[in-house]
Amino acid sequence: IYCGAYDVKDNIAKMAATMSNVDEIRNRVILGEFNVKNVHTTDYPGNYPGYDDTWSLQKFQKNFRIDVVQMDETCMEFDMVGIDASIANAFRRILLAEVPTMAVEKVFIYNNTSIIQDEVLAQRLGLIPIKADPRLFEYRNAGDEEGTEIDTIQLQLKIKCTRNHQATKDSADPQELYLNHMVYSKDMTWVPIGNQADVLADANIGPVHGDILLAKLRPGQELDIVMHCVKGIGQDHAKFSPVATASYRLLPEITLMKTVEGEKAERLKRCFSPGVIELENHGGKVVAKVMNSRLDTCSREVLRHDDLKNAVKLARVRDHFIFSVESTGILPPDVLVSEAIKVLMAKCQRFLSELDSSEME
Amino acid sequence: MAGVDGEKKPVLEMVQADGADEGCVTFVLHEEDHTLGNSLRYMVMKNLDVDFCGYSITHPSESKINFRIQTRGAVPAVEPLRRGLTELTDLCQHVLNTFEKRVSEFRSQCEEAE
Repeated sequence: IYCGAYDVKDNIAKMAATMSNVDEIRNRVILGEFNVKNVHTTDYPGNYPGYDDTWSLQKFQKNFRIDVVQMDETCMEFDMVGIDASIANAFRRILLAEVPTMAVEKVFIYNNTSIIQDEVLAQRLGLIPIKADPRLFEYRNAGDEEGTEIDTIQLQLKIKCTRNHQATKDSADPQELYLNHMVYSKDMTWVPIGNQADVLADANIGPVHGDILLAKLRPGQELDIVMHCVKGIGQDHAKFSPVATASYRLLPEITLMKTVEGEKAERLKRCFSPGVIELENHGGKVVAKVMNSRLDTCSREVLRHDDLKNAVKLARVRDHFIFSVESTGILPPDVLVSEAIKVLMAKCQRFLSELDSSEME
Repeated sequence: MAGVDGEKKPVLEMVQADGADEGCVTFVLHEEDHTLGNSLRYMVMKNLDVDFCGYSITHPSESKINFRIQTRGAVPAVEPLRRGLTELTDLCQHVLNTFEKRVSEFRSQCEEAE
């Protein structure tokens, strides 16, 4: 296996300094000018003579690590090193589509005299994130129309717009003229069913954000709506997705193959994102040095310049994933990642028990 | 499967050509997609006994995958599948433990800094 786009003489000369060809194919994704090389995982047993690639949990545990870079209530950035792309992608897919949440599913409209149509209003209500821990609830049984206290949250929106008689005679500001003319998500109130008032007393159940504008009213118009929230997953409808988004990127690696100095160094610095390349003073001359390749967005701009493209090698580390998870506020991002890992375990368990039960027959 | 009522939806089926030995089997996994398919394929490929492992989604409108395993020697194909599933579970358990440990370390580190 030979990735032959490089000048062979250069490669042989640099062999001592850079990693060997085989290690590069195994560990790096090379970003070329017109293509990307070594994309697929190749370290399966039997592919490389001299390497033992059979799965070993001890070897995995030794090489695997997680580093949390930044974390707050909604957003989290962490590194997962030493894992394969298929598993990292599985976690990302589960975060987007298979971690359950509660969202408005059934909207009972008793009165809607606003200009927002029933179905449009119902769709907007469905997309509002509801702050309720989905682990405390169960899925609704198929065919069950009523809903019980263990699988349903009931919310109510009852609001009427009236004229403000205290407003000045010739005011044109709707804020002054009307009362309750903007319907926000904070106007949605929780109506406990059954024993929810005792069990969930201190859980503040309601929308995560109170400032989502749902409808605008004028005097005489009113909304009288009851909503039922159920547990669901993003695969069914995107309103159930618990993340604003969850994504990952591979750690970029930039190596300078030649020393770049003077005016070329200045141009090289401008080809990358700020902070990646810094200029150092070596005996009066400015020399470029790679400071922090993690900040790079891999635009490959440097490969557009003929005099600079042979001085740099752009690659990505194949098993280093920089995850970014942004939650909608229902669950904190670290809880979301833990739940995603548990979902993947549950999937495996489901098939294992299926295999065991069919074996017994 | 005897004794199962007609309403029950299959979760896992095995399809085997007549005359083929137990080592070449196509499993049909229902209600699954690339999430489990690709990660399970990776774990099964890491097994020395496996000659061939691949999966495909027969039609994007149907949520099922055809997962094929061909083994070397006289190993029945169920065995690498079972081992791949258990190893994937162990991997996830380790990832979960490491993640939760690092998150609590990060939290206590932030609290110390305040």
